[in-house]
Amino acid sequence: MARLGVLALQGGYDAHARTLRGLGHTVDEVRTADDLARVDGLVLPGGESTTHLILIDRFALEAPLRAFVASGKPVLATCCGLILSAAEVVSPAQRSFGWVDVTVARNAWGRQVHSFEDTADPESPVGPVSMLFIRAPRITRVGPAVEVRATYRGEPVLVRQGNVTAGAFHPELTADARVHEAVFGRG
Amino acid sequence: MDVSTFPAKVGLAEMLKGGVIMDVVNVEQARIAQEAGACAVMALERVPAQIRKDGGVARASDPAMIKAIQAAVSIPVMAKCRIGHFVEARILEALEVDFIDESEVLTPADEDFHIEKHGFKVPFVCGCRDLGEALRRIGEGAAMLRTKGEAGTGNIVEGVRHLRTLRSQIRRLTQLSPEELMTEAKNLGAPYDLVKWVAANGKLPVPNFAAGGIATPADAALCMALGAEAVFVGSGIFLSEDSRKRAKAIVDATTYWQDAKKLAEISTGLGAGMPGIEMGKLTEADRMAKRGW
Repeated sequence: MARLGVLALQGGYDAHARTLRGLGHTVDEVRTADDLARVDGLVLPGGESTTHLILIDRFALEAPLRAFVASGKPVLATCCGLILSAAEVVSPAQRSFGWVDVTVARNAWGRQVHSFEDTADPESPVGPVSMLFIRAPRITRVGPAVEVRATYRGEPVLVRQGNVTAGAFHPELTADARVHEAVFGRG
Repeated sequence: MDVSTFPAKVGLAEMLKGGVIMDVVNVEQARIAQEAGACAVMALERVPAQIRKDGGVARASDPAMIKAIQAAVSIPVMAKCRIGHFVEARILEALEVDFIDESEVLTPADEDFHIEKHGFKVPFVCGCRDLGEALRRIGEGAAMLRTKGEAGTGNIVEGVRHLRTLRSQIRRLTQLSPEELMTEAKNLGAPYDLVKWVAANGKLPVPNFAAGGIATPADAALCMALGAEAVFVGSGIFLSEDSRKRAKAIVDATTYWQDAKKLAEISTGLGAGMPGIEMGKLTEADRMAKRGW
């Protein structure tokens, strides 16, 4: 059984932990480099990307996170996690870690009143998964090394580069665990 | 595409967990809050301590001020309406605020009825002092709760009382046998289906945050330790001596609430906190937590 971690600085860590436990995994909340050293896979959850960047800087977590991604262990990044993982972030421009060669526009579906549920296009490699978009970002450019894992109305919403899978929606907030299972398997 | 479903509303509350929502009264404070790491701001004209001092009727904020704050920050912007004032709520919805707080900090518009919140596209957060009040608000459509505490006092005692009450009432429900639940629903004044859900799951069906009286990083960490999933800070930041420093410290403490060594560093050298009020000095009429039912 894999021991998985969910970055728990702020945001949707609780819901991801529930989904992973449902798949039979042991789950740790990760707040320090020591916590990170103990896990075999990591979720970068939704939440506020500005808050995450500030806490990652203030508590010197960037180097350990970069080392974790470089180690090849599986990583699932959702919403704010996608924004942190992208090569480029716009509207407004913001620093990011460049693990997935995509450009991401923040809050591009509008404010909370425009948040919505739907399912992925049926031809999506990961399947027609349930999706919940909350003040969600949009992937506006996909680099050549990036594989598109799910689309919504033809537009990429879940992508993968190497060991990092990143999505604009919240698979942890639906009863559909297929995205988590595709990344981490069952425990 | 199903827009503004209840899961989408609760989903935003999930995204705020482990974070700090800060009261701000202008663009400059909103920017300070975002730079300090706030996960959202609450736009209002006066913080609760100021409302207490000024007296009179406190109402929803000027839309111009809310719009200016929405334009200035990228994090979610919340705003308050008076209890029962569904027209103020509609105005806030038209402004596309991200959350409406139907708040006891403003002067209630209706002493009998809270807003029917399912009919709105925007999610609502409401205050509670105990489980019955929490479940009544969820029954009306609230997507997030916050314990009320006593806003604008810089005194955590009421917040602690409300968090402990909620936790112990939830624990009690999980111990009851099925035939006891209807009577418990009657005693709590809460919807039966929600009482059954809490009894089966041992928690509330929506996130619960803490509010009211948080003035220090240790206060925020205490609330987290008592089961709050995030904190609202009103007067505690911008009425303190060094608001930038204190805002950051409260953000850090809400993430690292379990780590006393980090809390000791975080709490060091913050300057004076906001002046506090002892509960015994408040008259019954001064108690905001008693507003709503």
